[in-house]
Amino acid sequence: MTRIGAWIALAFGLGYFALPLIGMTEFSLKMRRGVYSFDAYAKVLADPRFQETFGYSVFMALMTIAFGVLLVVPTAYWVRLKLPRARPFVEFVTLLPLVIPAIVIVFGYIRMFNTSSFLPLTGTATGTNLLLMFGYATLSLPYMYRAVDTGLRTIDVATLTEAAQSLGAGWTVIIARVILPNVLVAVLSGAFVTFAIVMGEFTMAALLNRPAFGPYMQLLGANRAYEPAALAVIAFAITWACMGLIQLVTRFSKHTKAAR
Amino acid sequence: MQPPTPAPSRRRLSLDWLGIAPFVAFVALFLILPTMNIVLGAFRTPAGDYTLANVRGLFTPSIMASYWISIKISLASAILGCLIGFSVAAAIVLGGLPKWIRSPMLTFSGVASNFAGVPLAFAFLATLGPVGLVTVFLRTQFGLDLRMMGFSILSFWGLTITYLFFQIPLMILIITPALDGLKREWREAAAILGATGFQYWRMVAFPILFPSILGTLALLFANSFGAVATAIALTGSSLSIVPILLFAQIRGDVLGDPHLGYALAFGMIVITGVANGLYIWLRARSERWLK
Repeated sequence: MTRIGAWIALAFGLGYFALPLIGMTEFSLKMRRGVYSFDAYAKVLADPRFQETFGYSVFMALMTIAFGVLLVVPTAYWVRLKLPRARPFVEFVTLLPLVIPAIVIVFGYIRMFNTSSFLPLTGTATGTNLLLMFGYATLSLPYMYRAVDTGLRTIDVATLTEAAQSLGAGWTVIIARVILPNVLVAVLSGAFVTFAIVMGEFTMAALLNRPAFGPYMQLLGANRAYEPAALAVIAFAITWACMGLIQLVTRFSKHTKAAR
Repeated sequence: MQPPTPAPSRRRLSLDWLGIAPFVAFVALFLILPTMNIVLGAFRTPAGDYTLANVRGLFTPSIMASYWISIKISLASAILGCLIGFSVAAAIVLGGLPKWIRSPMLTFSGVASNFAGVPLAFAFLATLGPVGLVTVFLRTQFGLDLRMMGFSILSFWGLTITYLFFQIPLMILIITPALDGLKREWREAAAILGATGFQYWRMVAFPILFPSILGTLALLFANSFGAVATAIALTGSSLSIVPILLFAQIRGDVLGDPHLGYALAFGMIVITGVANGLYIWLRARSERWLK
């Protein structure tokens, strides 16, 4: 009896997840009357605004990942090595972006970094891009920090550091050439989550008036019928690819460790 | 051999803290201070004096109605997400299903819980919207007109059903480890003492899982309370929930008073803060049992 109930629960869950995905895929193929076609995709991909915003978001995602790695890896390493007492504090702070809604954070940015403030970042396009990147880095902080910290747990940070030091390595060399390669899988998982977050982010980019992919999708959704469904399929493929890649790197690393 | 900086121990201590200085500076500038700025703004007049008038301004019927519908949607999607997510997780872990189902299901939950925002709204519009897959199917095959029955994707239930798409997988992801932590010995011990399956659940398993479930409920609540993009892409501005109201306020000061906007944001922080505080506290309690 429990088994029948279990199958029913599973079937319900699967149906709930599958229907919207089938719905959006089917809808995205219906642009030409009567037959299925890829017209909606062709239209979207040919739109210069799509290419611009997509490229912009990919660029921002890569910059955010680079910045996030530079910020998080040395911090998480240092906390594990020298400041274990600061860990609860740092962990708490990294979880705050899950508590404070993104819309409130960006509201604070607009107020704090306006043209008449001490750091007028919103005054120029470059400054606003920089601010948006910091915002994205803040949003991905919980995932990035968790991933890297979990990675550091599996290696012996103190011994590796002492070994590197006794061979004459400085701090930069230790972090870049000893610690980073050892937690690369964890860093990559964090990077893929960051990529997925930045590609789909709407609130911050819209309120800072930057030409990102999220606001473009919203604009298209308000004006078109079939193209948004095609965009949704593309966005889902990106999310799926990012999560799939995480699985792949994790499995790959387990494999190499077992072979050793 | 040591690098050529053998500093005395007292100076070492202060230098250690310098290692996380960039992190502290970043977090202060781009997370703490902007939030504090909003919170302080909520308690100030435009002239800079302290006041409670802004917060009091929230208790007008239209703003209270916004908060109320936001809270209702978040509660409904959190409770339903918990119930359905728990059933699915229990089916995977305890239901005697084939073992290979578990791993793909968890991977898929990871993807689905991250598939939020604008595209999610499009997916549901294409499914349950006026010309969506399910709507058309029900109309042509069964003669059921969802709109005639009072359902609209741009309504309370429409938004709740859409939010469930990321709420259910999140529940599955969080509760599966807790279900794994239920030891088989407990069930056997209960059975030896003559307990039925229902009694085991009511008196052993459920009390142990209760803090996790309640904690996840709080997390799911905060999760949907702060969601902006899905709501805007789905309903435009036809459903006046708090995040949409705040979005419009930041764009163009629809409330006619910037400081009332800060108070609105402050109210959001308070609600998500309380929900998350509850989550952390209950999680600490549940971890006592599940090791």
